Amino acid sequence: MTEFLSEKRIPIIKMRDYLVVSIQVDMHDRLALELQAQILEEVSQTGAKGVLIDISVLEMVDSFIGRMLSGMASMAAIMDAFVVIVGMQPAVAITLVELGLEMPGVETALNMEKGIEMLEKRVGTKSQKNSKQLQ
Amino acid sequence: MDELPLGKEPDKLASYAVQSEYDIVKARQIARQLSKQFHMGIVDQTRLTTAVSELCRNMFEFAGGGDIVFETGEFEGHEALMISCIDHGPGIADLELAMKDGYTSGKGMGFGLPGAKRLVDNFHIESEPGKGTLVRITKWI
Repeated sequence: MTEFLSEKRIPIIKMRDYLVVSIQVDMHDRLALELQAQILEEVSQTGAKGVLIDISVLEMVDSFIGRMLSGMASMAAIMDAFVVIVGMQPAVAITLVELGLEMPGVETALNMEKGIEMLEKRVGTKSQKNSKQLQ
Repeated sequence: MDELPLGKEPDKLASYAVQSEYDIVKARQIARQLSKQFHMGIVDQTRLTTAVSELCRNMFEFAGGGDIVFETGEFEGHEALMISCIDHGPGIADLELAMKDGYTSGKGMGFGLPGAKRLVDNFHIESEPGKGTLVRITKWI
């Protein structure tokens, strides 16, 4: 059973300064926590400035997964990486609000393209600021 | 499974023992499948699946597991899908407190019970300290 579960690792792809994660499986709680740790580990190893998490195929986000996502956004922020959640289905958004779950600090975008634009804007202005300070 | 006959007595559709985190996933997949089968809209499917996930997690975390039973039948004049979560855990001493938003006795954030209640048409809970808890959620179909 344990072996079967650990096979279901969610791939994290590095693209330029960003990490891209597409959650394609119905995650059980431990898998969600493992993913959180893996992403932070990757941020630390690669120095990625942004993380895009695509949840467009997730049919459900309950309080546990919601909490994992918002926790990860806060943790990544401390590590100087910006997290954008993209592609939340309308039914999932409705249910999350009715459930009463707030996700403080979580930035969202409608789709992958808008998410990348958001990251570029955010990370771009930051590095411009840094280079100005250096001059 | 095809269309199921609806009688006065509830028909049992499925039952599942929730004993691990993986079983929570399995239980919500059954909920999703049944709500699809009863032609619920996508939002109601998601509401019911999410409610089942919250209740099963509660059961797993606070009672170490339990059983989930899916039934269909007539409830308060509606055709309904009824889902019962039954455990033999420590029970809940103060139900009113447990149903309060933001109240938590453990690892959770306190959305489990009140959150699940907002996602369904009828919510019933009974609990006896030391004996266990029964939560039954009902969604009209």
